[in-house]
Amino acid sequence: MSEERGRRGKALGTDPGPGPAPESAPAPREPDGTITRRGALKVIAAGAALGATVPGCSPGESGGGAAGADAAHTELSGFNPLPPSNPLAAGTPTDPDMLAPIVPWEMVLTDEEMHYVAALADVIIPADDRSPAASAVGVPDYVNEFVSAPAHTEQLTQLRGGLAWLNRTARDRFGAADFPALTTAQQHEICDEIRFEPDAADHLKPQARFFDAFRDMCSTGFWTTEEGMRDLGYMGNVPLPSFDGPPPEVLEQLGLAGEDLV
Amino acid sequence: MRQSPEYDAIVVGSGAGGGIAAFILATSGLRVLLLEAGRHYDPLRETPMFQLPKDAPLRGAGGSDKPFGFYDATVDGGWQVPGEPYSVADGSEFMWWRSRMLGGRTNHWGRISLRMGEYDFKPRSRDGLGFDWPMSYDDLAPYYDKTELLIGVYGSNEGLENTPNSSPGVLQPPPKPRGYELLTRKACRRMGIPVIPAHLAIMTQTQDPERLPGDLFPDNELARRVTADSMRGRAACYWATPCGRGCSIRANFQSTTVLLPPALATGNLDIRTDAMVREVTVDAQGRATGVHYIDRTTLLDEFAGARVVVLAASACESARILLNSTSGLFPDGLANSSGLVGRYLMDTVGAGVYSHIPALQALPPHNEDGSSAMHMYMPWWLYGEQLAGRLDFPRGYHIEFGGGRRMPGFGAFGGLEPLTGGTYGQQFKDDCRRYYGSFLFFDGRGEMIPNEDCYCEIDPDKVDRYGIPVLKFHWKWADHELNQALHMQRTFAEIVDEMGGQLLSTVASSGADAISKGGQIIHEVGGAMMGDNPRTSVLNQYCQSWDVPNLFVTDGAPFVSNADKNPTLSIMAIAWRASDYIVEQLGQRSIG
Ligand SMILES: Cc1cc2nc3c(=O)[nH]c(=O)nc-3n(C[C@H](O)[C@H](O)[C@H](O)COP(=O)(O)OP(=O)(O)OC[C@H]3O[C@@H](n4cnc5c(N)ncnc54)[C@H](O)[C@@H]3O)c2cc1C
Ligand code: SF4
Repeated sequence: MSEERGRRGKALGTDPGPGPAPESAPAPREPDGTITRRGALKVIAAGAALGATVPGCSPGESGGGAAGADAAHTELSGFNPLPPSNPLAAGTPTDPDMLAPIVPWEMVLTDEEMHYVAALADVIIPADDRSPAASAVGVPDYVNEFVSAPAHTEQLTQLRGGLAWLNRTARDRFGAADFPALTTAQQHEICDEIRFEPDAADHLKPQARFFDAFRDMCSTGFWTTEEGMRDLGYMGNVPLPSFDGPPPEVLEQLGLAGEDLV
Repeated sequence: MRQSPEYDAIVVGSGAGGGIAAFILATSGLRVLLLEAGRHYDPLRETPMFQLPKDAPLRGAGGSDKPFGFYDATVDGGWQVPGEPYSVADGSEFMWWRSRMLGGRTNHWGRISLRMGEYDFKPRSRDGLGFDWPMSYDDLAPYYDKTELLIGVYGSNEGLENTPNSSPGVLQPPPKPRGYELLTRKACRRMGIPVIPAHLAIMTQTQDPERLPGDLFPDNELARRVTADSMRGRAACYWATPCGRGCSIRANFQSTTVLLPPALATGNLDIRTDAMVREVTVDAQGRATGVHYIDRTTLLDEFAGARVVVLAASACESARILLNSTSGLFPDGLANSSGLVGRYLMDTVGAGVYSHIPALQALPPHNEDGSSAMHMYMPWWLYGEQLAGRLDFPRGYHIEFGGGRRMPGFGAFGGLEPLTGGTYGQQFKDDCRRYYGSFLFFDGRGEMIPNEDCYCEIDPDKVDRYGIPVLKFHWKWADHELNQALHMQRTFAEIVDEMGGQLLSTVASSGADAISKGGQIIHEVGGAMMGDNPRTSVLNQYCQSWDVPNLFVTDGAPFVSNADKNPTLSIMAIAWRASDYIVEQLGQRSIG
């Protein structure tokens, strides 16, 4: 992502970039009444909140987010934690409650489809000694959320077509009931044919594109979980009293030992 | 008999330019009404500081509703505002970013705060292109100092050509560089490209409430008091949470955390949100009397009167209001006797690359969040080459770069196939771990020269949901910009090469393929240019209309050129200077 957030396409590895939009219905919510957006306000009343040196919400409430961050936030900044939801937000797609986000559309995948999704997700991201498998941290639910978004009907069709092909191939080639019923080696044999579009046979190109899209979904779904971030060694999103630059072992590995840090 | 209006001044728009105007006018003892089209917005209660992508729909992905991501501090905005369309002429491409919230785009802007230099005020004198400003760097320098002191800007004084130093004690210390910034600096040093601390409106330390207010307002007790209180209520950056979401601890600059609270504390300011201004009204003598606005909650047309009207609705929107303010006296729109309202619109030239830097792979885990923004950048460095005629474009660009070990979000490790050959399973997991943190982007931000083909006008065929005629944009880059964009990409490719990395994006073969669309860099300025001649400019150097002396424009519209330096710091410095002038003129009763 650009320093000036988001003026570019997909950024590898990090940060949300511009992506497809859910053209979802608004999720209306009641204004809490303390400050209403109705009426052409003289925000003099609101000025009490705006002008206050410390936000007027009760301590101890959690704004969600990283565990432990709230305490450090308060200690380092002198500000109270944020309230658990935002009374000022309209709750529409262009003004959602960012403190208490909701997914405002219905999930469309069936139990059977979720079973297939979980199996393939675990082929792509299996458990190892550093982190669990995709299905253990909710990746199938994320896949469901993604393909169920009203703007993603094409992705839903692609997913269903891909799952159907996997099951059909499992039956034709190995006589199995479906893809999840295969051994890992058998699953790999099938996936190897569609793992990379340039290498895939011409008649399998659409399946390779499905596999690519599915891997992207798994990757986003997995690495954004706490388990995924911990696995990567992402150590941020924690308030710190100072920023000290890279530690010596990092400078060492970069060939920058002794480099001027100013 | 003219009735004395309720307010001394009406300010339209609460972003960078309007925030400064409201703050200076209110702290100077004037009664001010601030009209803002968007909803009330309170960063102290609304900012999703530590919320994880995982807790947002689609892992926080951007979409048409929230183009820069779910948690971006943009309300009812983006490239489209619901119910407020704009038109783009056939053959033109233009993108207009707006938001509808108190504080406008200052809630989520990138906080990059670079001063224009002495060359930047006199570009025509240097190379014969564009226009000179009716003021010099020295005229604005004290206001840059004041603005930086007030809002809090980190950076350093390097004394480089056309990259001005701030006065001693003005800047806050820059943060320590990150690993990838040091690695880039090392490669760039070999290439003769300077990599220096960036200037960002982010506080690395708290402000001294005993000293700074006195430095800023030696003769104004009220301003000192409210500024000191405001400074006491701002924390220093605690090196976590992306600034683009806003900052609930008031460590970075937002109009809503830095300007409006002390302005309200004077008791002289009323803010009316959900107030969409459509027209400035005039009396028989051609003096501004106030504005008409639509109350968004009732859809009723309202009027507010004042001795002075200050437009700061953002460059294009202020031009729109002027063009829509037609009357018998001003049939072509207000302040438009020159015919230049809406003309000479400018944006920034943008082009970039993505890259993979193997040296950054598999680093020991460490926290690189820092200020969430750049700690270092590259100012334009080829002044000599340009002067010697060795470049095929006339003006400069700076480089913004970043990447590293950021919090994974939507799209994490998507599109890795060219590097991995489509791995999955254990190998894919290991690949992601290895590649994490090893991707860098380089973005050029360059100067565009104003031209006849870039302008906005009223579209006679379309109105918005308030019945207000909308803007139609015309846009055409000239070779100056196209060549510059190509130069950017080629230079970044060389940097990546020097770092031993590989490009993951292509270097375009033509400038048209490399360059951003008009408006896409969101530095749109111009449309009511200042000058020293009423026939060839809309405003004087104090942002005052030549035609209507009690009408001012203090956003990006008065810009005469658009240096590579991101515009907002300059918008605020110019707005401050104009506001001082308004106070002085009202005091002398020469206007209003
Ligand atoms: C993602 C992003 C990153 C950016 N990064 C940087 C950066 O790093 N550095 C930099 O210098 N600049 C940056 N910018 C640009 C910066 O945001 C603008 O230059 C700056 O906010 C302009 O200030 P303004 O006061 O002119 O307009 P705004 O901040 O847009 O404020 C205008 C206000 O007027 C209101 N308004 C509009 N029309 C009306 C009307 N008819 N009646 C009443 N009110 C109205 C709007 O709702 C808004 O609140 C960035 C912008 C974006 C979107
Ligand atoms: S990085 Fe610092 S200034 Fe920016 S939002 Fe986080 S705490 Fe605030």
